[in-house]
Order: sequence, then structure tokens, then C-alpha cells
Amino acid sequence: MGGVEPFASQAIDRTEHELSAFDKRVDAMVNLLSHPSRALMRVDEMRDAIEAMPPAEYDAAAYYEKWIHAIAEVMVHKDVIGEEELVLKLAELKEAEE
Amino acid sequence: MSGAHHGDHVHTHDHAHDPLHAAEPRPEYARLERAVRELLIAKGVFTAEDIRKQIELMDSRSPAMGARIVARAWVDPDYKRRLLADAKAAAGELGVDTSNTATVVALENTPARHHMVVCTLCSCYPKAILGVPPAWYKSSAYRARAVKEPRKVLAEFGTVLPDGVEIRVVDSTADMRYLVVPMRPSGTEGWSEERLAGLVGRDSMIGTALAAAP
Repeated sequence: MGGVEPFASQAIDRTEHELSAFDKRVDAMVNLLSHPSRALMRVDEMRDAIEAMPPAEYDAAAYYEKWIHAIAEVMVHKDVIGEEELVLKLAELKEAEE
Repeated sequence: MSGAHHGDHVHTHDHAHDPLHAAEPRPEYARLERAVRELLIAKGVFTAEDIRKQIELMDSRSPAMGARIVARAWVDPDYKRRLLADAKAAAGELGVDTSNTATVVALENTPARHHMVVCTLCSCYPKAILGVPPAWYKSSAYRARAVKEPRKVLAEFGTVLPDGVEIRVVDSTADMRYLVVPMRPSGTEGWSEERLAGLVGRDSMIGTALAAAP
């Protein structure tokens, strides 16, 4: 990111932000998964998953939205969570909301 | 993220700022978080209690811990030597748990040299010592500009350094994080550690600010 445009021409927004409950849960999960006692995700694996996001979605996603996307990708890739299982769970949650 | 990544599709970045933080995630991401969390709990990877405790730990961490470390280094030359040699161990001496964190290197500011920390790759930060990073630290603008025009960025933060002072911008990685030890302000001779710690703000330990004047 060093010197990369258009960011290198942008103003730095110095507004302070508090983390939301969602942000904190995602941060906690990353810490738990990367803890040596579990060693299920490394920072470089997480970054790789984030950088592989489609550009438009990468741009639209907030910081911790990118993180949860990466957790899901890495967990499915490592077969800790089955892909179908995740799709099913998401459908269940969506249905329960409607 | 890496420069190469952005170089590939820079055209998509037409917004003024990163959507770094929102009050609420979008619904599909809220669902994804819940789904992943519940599945991992069901599989016994971690428990809901583990998450609660981890959040409690996160909430307990703040720049006040870093300020205590800096203030101790100001009053105790032996401690400062240990801090500059092994920052994790020195933080541990003051009760800071750095067991699940990368190597931390303490960098001492002097009248001749000022350090400023960035993570151009992502947002690496010594969370165990300073708590969560400020949003601007994670912004593309700070990450892009800190290495290109550090003096200008520092000036925007209200930190104007004499031309003779060398500025070293250090780039964090997943495996190595940095803690800046700002210079002790003059006029604080004889101050207690606790009172000194009150002068050490978060930004002075990132290097975008100096320790506050007494």
C-alpha cells in the first residue's frame, strides 16, 4: 500500500471509532483460532483470503466484514467447516429472519 | 493489503475513504458471523465462554499499558535497556500478557531520530500492549502516505519536527510489531512514574505524536 494511488493522495480521516459487538466477536474469533493451542488460522492465511476477495466486494466491505469473510474461507478451505454445512446454516438463519 | 493486489484493480477505488467501520455489519455479514461462530462452537473448536473472555481481554487492553512501560523506561535506565533488547519480556515484567503476540520491538526516539510506525501490508499493531489500533492506522490513506511523505503526515497530526531530525518509518509485519518510546518531555524532572505515564498518549507510541508537554 506504500505510495499507492489514489490512496497516497487522500486525506487521512482521523475520526475515532469504537468497535461494535460484531467487530469484537470477529476479532475474538481470529485470536482464538490463531492461538497456538488451536493453530487453525495464521495471519498470512487470513490476509490471503482477504486479498482474494472480488475487487468490488473488497471495496464495499468494512474492516471486520473482511475478517469474517476470511475466517469462513479459511475454515472451509481447511475442512473445519464443510462448505455445504455453511450454506445450509446461512439459509436457516436467513429463513429465521424472514 | 499488498500493493500488487491494489495495482491490479485500482480503478475500482473511487470512494474517498475506506468503509472501515460501520455501526452494524450488513445483514449477509451478520449472518455469516453468526453461522461461523455457531458452527465452530458446535464443533468444539471454542466455546461461547472463550469468546466472552477474549472480548473481556480485548476490552482490558488500552494504551495505558504502553504508557506505563514508557514511563518506567524514562525513570529506570536498566528497564529501558531490557525494553529495547526484548520488549515482550519487558512488558511482561509489568504484567502485560504478550504470550499470543508476535515479536515486539521497542524503538527509542532521540533528539536526532524520530520513529513512526505503519503497516503498509494490512494493519499489524502491538495490540497486546496498546489495545486496538485507531481506525486511521488501518486506513489506506495513512498506509499509503506514511512511507511516502512522513513529514507531511506528521504535520497533519500536529507533529512538526525540525528539519535536522531523521524520520524513520518502520513497516510492521505479522511477525514483528513496533512500540515507539517517545522522548521524555523536559520539565518533568522528579516526576513519579504514574504522573509521567499521563503524558504518554497512544499516538506518541505509534510515532505520529510526541509525548505531551507537562
